[in-house]
Amino acid sequence: MSNKKIFIEPLFKNNPVTVLVLGICSALAVTVKLEPALVMALSVTVVTGFSGMIVSLIRNTIPNRIRIIVQLVVVAMLVILVDQLLKAYAYEVSKQLSVFVGLIITNCIIMGRIEAFALANKPIPSLIDGLANGLGYGIILVVVAFFRELLGSGTLMGYQIIPNAIYIKNGGFYENNGLLILPPAALILVGLFIWVQRSISKELIEKK
Amino acid sequence: MQELINIFVKSIFIDNMVFAYFLGMCSYLAVSKNVKTAVGLGLAVIFVLGVTLPVNYLLFKYVLSPGALAWLNPSYANIDLNFLSFIIFIAVIASMVQLVEMVVEKFSPGLYSSLGIFLPLIAVNCAILGGSLFMQERAYETLAQATVFGLGSGFGWFLAIVALAAIREKLSYSNVPAPLRGLGITFIVVGLMGIAFMSFMGIKL
Repeated sequence: MSNKKIFIEPLFKNNPVTVLVLGICSALAVTVKLEPALVMALSVTVVTGFSGMIVSLIRNTIPNRIRIIVQLVVVAMLVILVDQLLKAYAYEVSKQLSVFVGLIITNCIIMGRIEAFALANKPIPSLIDGLANGLGYGIILVVVAFFRELLGSGTLMGYQIIPNAIYIKNGGFYENNGLLILPPAALILVGLFIWVQRSISKELIEKK
Repeated sequence: MQELINIFVKSIFIDNMVFAYFLGMCSYLAVSKNVKTAVGLGLAVIFVLGVTLPVNYLLFKYVLSPGALAWLNPSYANIDLNFLSFIIFIAVIASMVQLVEMVVEKFSPGLYSSLGIFLPLIAVNCAILGGSLFMQERAYETLAQATVFGLGSGFGWFLAIVALAAIREKLSYSNVPAPLRGLGITFIVVGLMGIAFMSFMGIKL
């Protein structure tokens, strides 16, 4: 498989969230606003890419029986680095993300890609595969966060997008949809996203 | 005592791992196709949360939190090992899961064969690590509180997965639009269940 194909496939056709059902755990809770979602997507991309590369570098020396623990240690080390960087340079966002930065460790995308790809491939393709899967995850995160922030609070990245004048309190007709701020809305949005994706690529439809 | 009951009820209904924080979603969606396996995984999660939380609590209190090493030697009082907590917690969880697996295999082969495949999966279930991280963030005061929080969160997860499995068993007889079949409708069902669970939020404990 060429490097280009490794990079393109996870973005839409083989998306880790909507097709492989991985990494939903932390994906949904951070999508109320666009900014934390972007930071989260970036962190996961970095961790997935580099953990794949590191595990691939040492793949021939890991004893098979303890490989899960070795992988977890590699991932945990990278997550600690990301966490410390976020605390140093983006403290506000790291407060908003709270425990979800730590939960990147158990993000199934990372373990899934290590098990399925990095253990059997050379470091560079593993790095590309990891980065692409992280980006595929990021796309879903950003799409969900875009709709939740725009329709739920009328802002994007903290800037007001819906004009103030049309709100009911200012004599207009518009009101933010409070439902989209609540956690369950993220699930329903991802469900709708899957619906759209599967209507476009029919081969993904599940058999009865 | 009342405090403990409050934490227990709160962690089951109000701060439900699945509906309020989306933790453990991967295995939640993958293993909820029928009630029997869902019960197995749910029990395993309760068990592992109940075991790992007290251990991680003790580690956090006596090793990791700022100044915690003072009991060893007063000159260690300035040491803050908090940045190590991720790696320590996940190592404890992974080794606990392994240990639990071996103990269950030795003493209760019946339970082992019913839980068998799920136990290793649990090491990478976000609900377990999430429990430890929430314990750290919310700063529970005593060992009993941390343990009760672990058991309560596990029980909440158990309820959620059994309920979803029951709904999905019924759902397989209904006529869902083709592109929404399977995963899509499951997401929407979980969302609706989450909205139902939000009615507990008004309860002040």
